[in-house]
Amino acid sequence: MAPRTHSTTPETKNSTLIRTENLDKIYPLGLNTLKALNHVNLSISKGEFLGLVGPSGSGKTTLLNIIGSLDSPTSGSAEVLGRKIESLSHNDAARLRNKHIGFIFQTYNLLPVYTVFENVEFPLLLLGIDSSLRKIRVMDALEWVGLADRADSKPAQLSGGQSQRVAIARAIVKRPELVLADEPTANLDAENSHHIMKTMQQLNKDLATTFVFATHDEKVIGYVRRKISLVDGRIEKDEKQPRR
Amino acid sequence: MYIFKLAFRNILGAGLRTWLNVVALSFSFVAIIFLQGIYTGMNDQVEQATIDAFYGGGQFWEKSYDPYDPLTLDDAHAPLPASLEDLVKSGQAAPLLIRPAAIYPEGRFRTILLKGIAPQQNVLSIPSSLLKDGEGLIPALIGTRMAKSTGLHKGDELTIQWRDAHGTFDARTVVIADIVRTSVQEIDNGQVWIPLDQLQSLSAMPGHATMVVLKRNTQPPAMLQGWEFRSLDYLLQDLHAVVRSKRIGGSILYLVLLFLAMLAIFDTQVLSIFRRKKEMGTLMALGMTRWSIIELFTLEGGLHGILAACVAALYGIPLLGYIARTGWELPGAADTVGFAIGEKLFPTYSAGLIVGTTVLVLLVTTIVSFLPTRKIAQLKPTDALRGKMS
Repeated sequence: MAPRTHSTTPETKNSTLIRTENLDKIYPLGLNTLKALNHVNLSISKGEFLGLVGPSGSGKTTLLNIIGSLDSPTSGSAEVLGRKIESLSHNDAARLRNKHIGFIFQTYNLLPVYTVFENVEFPLLLLGIDSSLRKIRVMDALEWVGLADRADSKPAQLSGGQSQRVAIARAIVKRPELVLADEPTANLDAENSHHIMKTMQQLNKDLATTFVFATHDEKVIGYVRRKISLVDGRIEKDEKQPRR
Repeated sequence: MYIFKLAFRNILGAGLRTWLNVVALSFSFVAIIFLQGIYTGMNDQVEQATIDAFYGGGQFWEKSYDPYDPLTLDDAHAPLPASLEDLVKSGQAAPLLIRPAAIYPEGRFRTILLKGIAPQQNVLSIPSSLLKDGEGLIPALIGTRMAKSTGLHKGDELTIQWRDAHGTFDARTVVIADIVRTSVQEIDNGQVWIPLDQLQSLSAMPGHATMVVLKRNTQPPAMLQGWEFRSLDYLLQDLHAVVRSKRIGGSILYLVLLFLAMLAIFDTQVLSIFRRKKEMGTLMALGMTRWSIIELFTLEGGLHGILAACVAALYGIPLLGYIARTGWELPGAADTVGFAIGEKLFPTYSAGLIVGTTVLVLLVTTIVSFLPTRKIAQLKPTDALRGKMS
């Protein structure tokens, strides 16, 4: 089922959503330090379907975390939806994530004691949306990912692919401008990975939501329209890909 | 409001772990209320029994009388003033004469208080009518503790020695008319009751009394020369002090129960925070602030207390209600608590006790729930998502 509304207008479609300038992230490692990001300069526009690719330790997740305001840069600047991540307080960062960013994790991170419906409903509860509207939007989101009939199931009763689809529904139910997905298909087989990527591609098209993936999975890389390769915390390549 | 909803979902979703905590906590609720009810009931019961048997509605003491100084007893007697005499005649008061004396049960010397009471009085619950039948020997009543400590039985004869008003030693043989089954020590241990007129006559103190006990709700006459009025509040002071000291002793158990309740909640919270780090990271990623998460986890702990109060009400109300109706038997314990209590204790549960205990336990569980959650304030979202504590 196609989403009922589009959250973006044509005027904003090509505007810059994310911009980083000389972004560094250094972690203490015992007596030494580890430079996870090294002078990353990047610009991502609204509506992109983009993959951060690279081997383990290349800085994909770190970059994703900073863009998602879960972490802050050591130096340099990261601007997301017009807000400087480095100057956000904890509460402001939480508000930014709550209203504008959806997350999809490798291990789904569904809340085990909640049903599928309650898991998807959670971001709307935080936004203070009233009960009747919540119900409509949750059921819409579940229909987009094809799990409306599993609304009353608990996460433990779902397969990996179904769990990840619930996580997608949870990420998009609030119609965020940006969805960040960290290795969303790493725990899935080829068929489920294909379904997941197709679902996200469709949502990107219908909702004009910007998707940024961190992945080293070739199956995912084939779907993204822009591929940014990271090596040792640096951007090695930034290339457009043909639509699949 | 959504925090409350989430907390409720979380603790219900935790299933058996929640219910084990709730049941353990509910035991604390019921036990604390029961114990406090026992002390309140004990206080009420002892107070009532002592009032009925000895304190009445207050007492007039001859001015020399000091119950804590036996040496005052020699002089603590005087004729009744007219206003007290009138009350006695109308059945509103009962005079008592108290004399120091000695007995020799089983050949051993023992000092006692010889108390004279009018057989026809109806002010005190002492069965003084049993003192009417003398048949030559002076009839005497003793309490069960006195009988036990002296080895005396009903029908036994006993020699009593005392000094009369002129300081002359005299002795008579009395017969134990009955053993009074009483829980009130003030009329039992170390005391022998004989008819008032006989004691007055033997002591050469006709018409004299040491004290006059008023019937309940009798208005005491105004200031009387040579006599001091002791109100019920004054007389019950010592009793209340003893009950208070017992209550303090009992509060150790109260604190242990409260501590166990705290431990259960604290343990659950610490375990929760340790096990649910990844969940906290997810909540942060979804947009919850650290303080909202602290609020959520604290509320979860607090809700254990609320559920426990509900569960405690489910089985506690019928159970405690049953014990309040039928009493709690204390075989052999009556003499060991330091004051008179019956063979059965009837706990009293006041609204203040129930509400106070509930509020206290809820407050404690909420505070104890909050303490471990402060760690969340230092938690980094990225560490939490990896299941690591910052």
